[in-house]
Amino acid sequence: MSALHSLTLQEAHNLLLRREASSVELAQACLDRISEVEPKISAFVTVTGELALKQARRIDDQRAYDKGSPLAGIPFQAKDVICTQGIRTTCSSRMLENFVPPYDATVMEKVYANDAVLLGKGNMDEFAMGSSTEHSAFFPTSNPWDTSRVPGGSSGGSAAAVAADQVFYALGSDTGGSIRQPASLCGIVALKPTYGLVSRYGLIAFASSLDQIGPMTKSVADAAIVLNAVAGYDPRDSTSINTPIPDYTESLTGDVKGLRVGVPREFFGEGTQPGVLEAMNTALGVLEDLGVDIEETTLPSTRYATACYHIIAPSECSANLARYDGVKFGHSKAEAATMWEAMEGTRQEGFGPEVKRRIMLGAYALSSGYYDAYYLKAQKVRTLISLELDEAFQKYDVLVTPTSPTVAFGLGEKTANPLEMYLSDICNISANMAGIPALTVPCGFSDGLPVGMQFMGPALSEPTLIRLGHAYEQSCDWRLCRPDI
Amino acid sequence: MPLTKQEVLHMAALCRIALSPDEVEYLRGQLSDILEHVRTLQQVDTEGVPPTSHSAGLTSVMREDSVSDGLEPESTLANAPRREEDFFRVNAVLEE
Repeated sequence: MSALHSLTLQEAHNLLLRREASSVELAQACLDRISEVEPKISAFVTVTGELALKQARRIDDQRAYDKGSPLAGIPFQAKDVICTQGIRTTCSSRMLENFVPPYDATVMEKVYANDAVLLGKGNMDEFAMGSSTEHSAFFPTSNPWDTSRVPGGSSGGSAAAVAADQVFYALGSDTGGSIRQPASLCGIVALKPTYGLVSRYGLIAFASSLDQIGPMTKSVADAAIVLNAVAGYDPRDSTSINTPIPDYTESLTGDVKGLRVGVPREFFGEGTQPGVLEAMNTALGVLEDLGVDIEETTLPSTRYATACYHIIAPSECSANLARYDGVKFGHSKAEAATMWEAMEGTRQEGFGPEVKRRIMLGAYALSSGYYDAYYLKAQKVRTLISLELDEAFQKYDVLVTPTSPTVAFGLGEKTANPLEMYLSDICNISANMAGIPALTVPCGFSDGLPVGMQFMGPALSEPTLIRLGHAYEQSCDWRLCRPDI
Repeated sequence: MPLTKQEVLHMAALCRIALSPDEVEYLRGQLSDILEHVRTLQQVDTEGVPPTSHSAGLTSVMREDSVSDGLEPESTLANAPRREEDFFRVNAVLEE
């Protein structure tokens, strides 16, 4: 039998059911793994070891896993943007370095109700703004496949922790690729659900029309299991959609014959690394062998997605982050003569460079005289991007693209040039713009580094994405490849 | 066209962020590059296209207007940088 920490969520659950392991043993195995690899990876802002062992003991005593939830007794990590009552939640920012939320996010309440065991909080780009986790105010995270490279971002600590077998799964957040791009760069599975499917109550806001919480896992089946637990209507999130939630594990059938799959050529052009293209072409061949109908298509508005995103996301961020004024919580400038000096100094000291850039850009795009040319224009382009996707989904059930145009890049390689960093989310942004679900699944390697394949479908098509992702995953051996740390 | 130092300071003033002279200098270059990139949107014909503010298809979601428990004062004030009794303490807003 392989080491406990290297199991999938589903495998660990089966061991608990068969009494071949206890929840305490699972938590201890993860804590031992953290002691072993964390000095090289730095995936956690906070490790809640004692609390996890206490929770695990209670769950073992109650045999909570026999009640049926596959999450019961299984350790996981939450990205440090998700509020955890009584546990520091920093957003990897100096601004919230000592912030202890007085309540749990809805997703935390939901997984706790399933007797999940929180093992710690994941490092991230500050306030989820970035694509490499190098914008964490505390420390960068390393990619388990090559520690001189980034894990991607902004949920880089979560992707690295799952890839390095430090936890069985993680909850991340995705505003413009922030769970999919790091999952791709670290060789794991991640699903950004339909906008509104998972409650964002207690998710520290970045760009409210785009943010969504989703699972980061070792397999597609695990993603379906976690989505079952966290999806659903929440009156405390006014963007939550009230829709029946299916059992997503019922989609793990392996039968994908006749699915219509479109391959938009814009994602396979200039800027996409040859090694990524090669892995994608092989993967498309596998999909064809599974019986799906593949056709090349086009999404011309894709070329404007990054520009559109970098007006809309900063604009919303400038409004959301206006709350950090040093009055009610968070960092506060100690000595200031006036109210304005206190506020301006608090924000200068508390925010890092990327956050400052985005707030300033957003405030500018929303300001008098520029609103129509920037923000309103971007909202109209957003409509065009969504309409184009709607049209594509008249013809195709699923669109397939690389998850990232490149494999993991070197630490420090893109920090000096923000614009270059922005372009690493180019494959991911359209899904957030249109509010549609997208799943990434490992699909090979280039120079020893993982490549991910992204499946996008229309709103609420998670069952189809899970069905296709699972069928592909099971017909390849990529899930068996683990980093040697 | 690159932003001027004054424009960068104007942007910072809009969102109440103080900047050191060094910050102004490097932000000037970076923000100019980003603005040039996002200006590519001007090439898109959006005549007659309505704006999208979000994709959930919901409007004006209201809850029942009923009394519910809020946070206790101690929980609310637990993270306060400065407090006095059950209040947040701030600098004077209206000066003499």
